[in-house]
Amino acid sequence: MTFFRSRRRKGGRARLVTGFLAFLAFAHAALASPEFAETLERLGAAKSYEDRLLAARRLAESGHPNALAVLGDLLEGRLYTTRTDGRVVVAETAGEGYAIRDPATGEDLGRVGRRDVTRIGLNNQLRSSLRMLIAKLRLEDDNKSRRLAAIEEIGRSGDAEMIDVLAELAGREHDDKIKKAIETAIAVLRLDAEDAETRIAAIEAVSGNMSAHVRAKLTRLAGDDSLDAETREAAARALERIEAKAERYELLSTMFFGLSLGSVLVLAAIGLSVTFGIKGVINMAHGELIMLGAYTTYVVQQAFPSAIDYSLPIAIPAAFVVSGLVGIAIERGIVRFLYGRPLETLLATFGVSLILQQTVRTVFSPLNRSVTTPSWMSGSIEIVPGFALTLNRLYILAFSLVVFALLLLVLRYTRLGLEMRAVTQNRAMAKAMGIRSDRVDMLAFGLGAGIAGVAGVALSQLTNVGPNLGQAYIVDSFMVVVFGGVGNLWGTLVSGLGLGVVSKLLEPEVGAVLAKILVLVFLILFIQKRPSGLFPQKGRAAEG
Amino acid sequence: MIKNEKLKLIAAVAALVSAAAGSAQAQDTIKVGILHSLSGTMAISETTLKDTMLMLIEEQNKKGGVLGKKLEPVVVDPASDWPLFAEKARELLEVEKVAVVFGCWTSVSRKSVLPVFEELNGLLFYPVQYEGEESSKNVFYTGAAPNQQAIPAVDYLMNELGVERWVLAGTDYVYPRTTNRILETYLKSKGVADSDIMINYTPFGHSDWQSIIAEIKRFGSAGKKTAVVSTINGDANVPFYKELANQGISAEDIPVVAFSVGEEELSGIDTGPLVGHLAAWNYFMSLPTEENDEFIEKWHAFIGDSKRVTNDPMEAHYIGFNMWVKAVEKAGTTDPAAVQEAIIGVAVPNLSGGIATMMPNHHITKPVFIGEIQEDGQFEIVWETPGTVVGDAWSDYLPSSKDIMADWTPPLMCGNYNVKTGQCSGQKYE
Repeated sequence: MTFFRSRRRKGGRARLVTGFLAFLAFAHAALASPEFAETLERLGAAKSYEDRLLAARRLAESGHPNALAVLGDLLEGRLYTTRTDGRVVVAETAGEGYAIRDPATGEDLGRVGRRDVTRIGLNNQLRSSLRMLIAKLRLEDDNKSRRLAAIEEIGRSGDAEMIDVLAELAGREHDDKIKKAIETAIAVLRLDAEDAETRIAAIEAVSGNMSAHVRAKLTRLAGDDSLDAETREAAARALERIEAKAERYELLSTMFFGLSLGSVLVLAAIGLSVTFGIKGVINMAHGELIMLGAYTTYVVQQAFPSAIDYSLPIAIPAAFVVSGLVGIAIERGIVRFLYGRPLETLLATFGVSLILQQTVRTVFSPLNRSVTTPSWMSGSIEIVPGFALTLNRLYILAFSLVVFALLLLVLRYTRLGLEMRAVTQNRAMAKAMGIRSDRVDMLAFGLGAGIAGVAGVALSQLTNVGPNLGQAYIVDSFMVVVFGGVGNLWGTLVSGLGLGVVSKLLEPEVGAVLAKILVLVFLILFIQKRPSGLFPQKGRAAEG
Repeated sequence: MIKNEKLKLIAAVAALVSAAAGSAQAQDTIKVGILHSLSGTMAISETTLKDTMLMLIEEQNKKGGVLGKKLEPVVVDPASDWPLFAEKARELLEVEKVAVVFGCWTSVSRKSVLPVFEELNGLLFYPVQYEGEESSKNVFYTGAAPNQQAIPAVDYLMNELGVERWVLAGTDYVYPRTTNRILETYLKSKGVADSDIMINYTPFGHSDWQSIIAEIKRFGSAGKKTAVVSTINGDANVPFYKELANQGISAEDIPVVAFSVGEEELSGIDTGPLVGHLAAWNYFMSLPTEENDEFIEKWHAFIGDSKRVTNDPMEAHYIGFNMWVKAVEKAGTTDPAAVQEAIIGVAVPNLSGGIATMMPNHHITKPVFIGEIQEDGQFEIVWETPGTVVGDAWSDYLPSSKDIMADWTPPLMCGNYNVKTGQCSGQKYE
């Protein structure tokens, strides 16, 4: 419970026990405090955001053990008022309606329908003020990372009155990292100081700081004509240092963006490379197999709504199986009758892609489906201050490399892989050696389709899960495969990552639209010169 | 002789009765065309509008129809294919002989059917916010023109949030390009410097926003309050907002105000990263009015799913349909020419507790609301215009159209009258 966290007590066991008993008695009285209830009522009745903020402030100052929890509920949008008597309650979704409880005492108030309660609305200003109130209450939180976040929040507040509070905290703090954070926060707050000397000292103190907030503040100081020249110069110098650092990181970021875009391309294209390579089958339904993988993720999340964090590990094999089976069905049902007739295969699989799209539209509705990003994939990881990588991209980059490695291992060390390579290189000879090339075709198609499904799981974390998901990626996938060299996995990897990096290098210069066009033009020219791609297939099969 | 005459009489009566019955059968209903994509990329948005129209027609029929006749919906599927829109429009007007058509979503589909409606003198009610710069005798624009959505949104950001630096981000097609051109001129007229405006276009369905968001972040760290005005098209929005959140930009740092993100779009996504960002519309599902409650209830009953949301274009169809009904009753006929004349000045209640009036330029009056996205995919209304705003067909902020006005009442009867030269330049819209 929060009221244990809010005070750090030390002392003998006896003191602790008596203290605890006293505390319980106090807690009960405090929980039912009429003042607190009255403030809550005021919060519920408030019509304007200003009134709500006033009430929230009073809640924060009440010292009530549940104040922090209530403010948190308000910030997260869990505080409602009942339509009948305007009572403030905490509501959580339960089935078709809400389960409600009393915010002060935690007493369970049963269930109500969706339209029986009205949410206490927030706007951005109120939200950031609430965050500040919560940060103030959490300055002495037991949890280090929460304490750290609270201190940074205070630094951003621009509230000069907090300097003394922070300074006092710094004296009591034992953790070095947090101590430093407090110093930074104080320096940031002092940037607004009246006194030029304090201001310049503060500027010096924050000159290596990369946070956007500090940068914005320094820019303002450097350009503020009403300030003395010294301050402006100091700010400009600090800013210069920060910007030089930022520029270095920018290049790194761009490389990462490129690799990450490339990894998505590789992931989408690699399955196509397998099916394309084996018999030159142009599978236009490849995008839809990706889509099926994404929808599998959605179904898994719907089936286990309480285990969102584990949904992806479950969805990956599931999507592999679903898309793989559909792929095998396409191969058995249509493609195998059309081997050696690329145009007909193209048309037939295009038809399949339309059928799959419309099926999904009928089964799931034409609207996009909501796939939740697990908490471990949200946000970013700060490598050094000012240079952060977004987690979802990082995971997907790693994931695509793992998929690539696994596929390579399968082709190299398994019987299926050996047979696939044999059939690709010389079908007639492989047949003569007793390989059932028919079966190999089927399994290879299934493998390629399954990988497409796995790619769909990754894409569900980046883009919309809807019937058109596949179409968006089919052209790019073909581009990567053709550029890399048909049927060459390494080629796919190099061309995918290469195209990704090139697009991202071009994008800031010429804009996203033109970058895409330039990449396409380059590809066309390249294919004119080298029709079989970066890494052309060697051997007899390539000539035949 | 007498017997013969009797027979003749009976025959005549029989003929008369059967003829009357026949003609009664033929004129028993008034056909209403619904031209919304039910398959392809736009099905996501347009299917809902088809259902809305079916609901409105069913309801009108319960009230006894129009002019004593039942309404009969004729639904066609133009499959998100722009040329097919024109074909289907022709089919509705020539083969089905519908009295009126409700339909289209994208501007390009509207432009595609426009010549058909003008040639055959049909009536089209267009329910989506669009870039303006058009006023046809045959089209009634019940969605917002830029001055009913974009300009008030920018005013809000400028005056209420103190925004000084602007990112105009959009998908690369006609609506965002025109809207951003209008906004750019508007911002400059308010004294915003060139260096404080960043304009960015991305292809349809853009999903890799990393470097653009990084650029916006950099642009926003210049010490002035920054906001993004987004005309990004539906599908590309989810990855856009996800990337914003992942790079640690919250709505409190750099708010994004969007013109094409509504309840329907939000129902398909994880709203966590979007909380606090803004949208400007003329209707929100969260509007606390009785009319709205009633509309939502009817919608849920009709569609059989209490989780379905309502949105702005649905309200536009609600208004447009009621206006058409009223105009037909006023004119006493469904004849397009008579309805065109009768509908101007017709006023019907909207869902936000006010009145929508059809203006002589074929646009309607609308209130403008700014909403903040909440966790549950609904909007918290944080600001609204004091009254309703009259839709402006030709933007006052574009040099090419500031002297042009539309007025479909005599004596002008012109969709693009140049007040300077005193000329009506015919059906030329660009």
